Amino acid sequence: MVVTAPAQSGPEDLEMMWRIRAFEEKASELFARGKISGLLHLAIGQEATAVGVCGALQPTDRVFSGHRPHGHAIAKGAEPGRLFAELAGRRTGYCGGKGGSMHLAAPEVGFVTATGIVAGNLPLALGAALSSKCRGESDVAAAFFGDGAAQTGLFHECLNLASLWQLPVVLVCENNGFAEFSPLSAHTVVERLADHADTYGIPTETIDGNDLTVVRPAAAAAIDRARNGGGPSFLECLTHRLRGHYEGDPTLKRGAAARDEAKDPIQRFTRFLHDAARSAELEGIEVRVRAEVDQAAEEALAAPWPERDDLLTNVVAQP
Amino acid sequence: MTKTIRYIDAISSVLRQELERDDDVFILGEDVSYGGPFGATAGLSASFGPTRVIDTPISEGAVMGLAVGAALSGRRPIVEVMFADFVTLAMDQLVNHAAKIRYMTDGQLSVPMTIRVQGGVGGGFGAQHSQSLEAWFLHVPGLKVVAPSSVKDAAGLLVAAIRDDDPVVYLEHRGLYWTKGLGASDETPTPIGTAAVVRSGSDVTVVAVSRMVGVAVSAAEKLAEDDIDVEVLDLRSVAPIDWATVDESVRRTRRLVVVHEAVVTGGLGAELVAGVHATAFEALISPAVRVGAPWAPVPASPFLECLYAPDTDDVIAAVLKTLHER
Repeated sequence: MVVTAPAQSGPEDLEMMWRIRAFEEKASELFARGKISGLLHLAIGQEATAVGVCGALQPTDRVFSGHRPHGHAIAKGAEPGRLFAELAGRRTGYCGGKGGSMHLAAPEVGFVTATGIVAGNLPLALGAALSSKCRGESDVAAAFFGDGAAQTGLFHECLNLASLWQLPVVLVCENNGFAEFSPLSAHTVVERLADHADTYGIPTETIDGNDLTVVRPAAAAAIDRARNGGGPSFLECLTHRLRGHYEGDPTLKRGAAARDEAKDPIQRFTRFLHDAARSAELEGIEVRVRAEVDQAAEEALAAPWPERDDLLTNVVAQP
Repeated sequence: MTKTIRYIDAISSVLRQELERDDDVFILGEDVSYGGPFGATAGLSASFGPTRVIDTPISEGAVMGLAVGAALSGRRPIVEVMFADFVTLAMDQLVNHAAKIRYMTDGQLSVPMTIRVQGGVGGGFGAQHSQSLEAWFLHVPGLKVVAPSSVKDAAGLLVAAIRDDDPVVYLEHRGLYWTKGLGASDETPTPIGTAAVVRSGSDVTVVAVSRMVGVAVSAAEKLAEDDIDVEVLDLRSVAPIDWATVDESVRRTRRLVVVHEAVVTGGLGAELVAGVHATAFEALISPAVRVGAPWAPVPASPFLECLYAPDTDDVIAAVLKTLHER
């Protein structure tokens, strides 16, 4: 039986958004304190796309993310503690500390992998979708990428292939208007990135990516289409990154001024639930989730470093 | 039962065998249902259909990445890269993804894929359709690289590559496609990481790879007329290198020549010579010599192309140099 993706969202989604927000704010704090190193790209303000899409996927559906992957991993079911440990380079991290923030992987929950190469995850998602289609399986693949990816050659090759072969894949473009440090207008004259998908004959929608009540049903429709043999979809989620390109970004083109409550997906969904007379169910969510996340971070930082021998393991299969 | 077949037939026959043996194996590439430009995949589409033998657009980067994604999903894709030179278009997916995902995920994921790459000089195809790029792949941790020179290893190394749990770059030399040798009806793997002694000798060790193995053997045969006894090793596996076999041979002959068709600068030969220096320097009684292409792109003119690629005389000269220079 083919499952139908849930189009509704509720308090559990608010909780998930808070989990992601709390995780990333904690990660930012730990980075500032020198407890984690590397390149840390946060997606604070973009939680609704992660939760809207991943919450409509099945556990065996496969997600492929990019260099800003924390929210997607958590929304797909990865444990914050093992993610913190990975960011901190500890042995208990999902990747034993070898991956780091941009190369997270939790395949056991269907968060297959992330990549630090912009658009590099698109063909991986297509490959998973091709595998699923050729085997007659019902699993769907989803790829998350930013507006910057749309200017790569790989993006266009992948849109063409996804359409040509009618692959069960959902292409989620998180258009936050900034590619690395520059506004999108400095990179392309194409204003609506969904137009690219139109060119390749892929059903597309440009939606308010900061409104969970919009993202969820749009994602559910795209996922159902993929699962039922309807081929790929392209979701352009207009969103708003509340932080710089990476933590420590010297340009910080956004900042406190951009902390616009009207755009904050968490505030908006909270209001929605209040209006739906579900206030009682929301009590204590933020406090509880922040406490869980703080505890997870603390445990991760107390975890051991990798062993010296780990340096050279898993380069190739062990004989 | 064995019979005489061509190198390219050995490849076709293994592809068929492995497609039959394992449902997870499938082929992906440009024009593969038509057999590709040299016929390696001819007839497979009719037997296995469009979900196992998949024609792709000219999108090398996406196709390589698609194969990685399928491998991550438990499949064993075989990607055909029509010309080695086109790998440049897919290097991100090969180098940043296929090669690194096992390590970056600490073994949670593996990328069991084979990348069939046709290359080498011959036919005047010019600078963008003739390169030997094995040194690029050798430099990337996580990739295995094989380059068969014989019909037997064309089969054996392809079986091994397809069944391996890591990405294996399988380098086919266009100039070998129509050479003949004994093939088996049921192909068995040639272990990756093992060199072969194709001619035993005691005076000089010549380590060669791919088409240069035949060139080295004919040089050795000519030198034998002057009582110079050359040992020829077919490296077979570029990564990992079979250091034990190389080391043992060099310790015995005390002289080393390495031969490849690729440009000498920064090539496989440099790696071999440095490796031997690290473990058997005291055994050498003359400087090791590298034979390969000059630091120039491959020319199209047949006249220049002949000058460009190393030949028997170049190998003979290198061997004589190790004998006369101390």
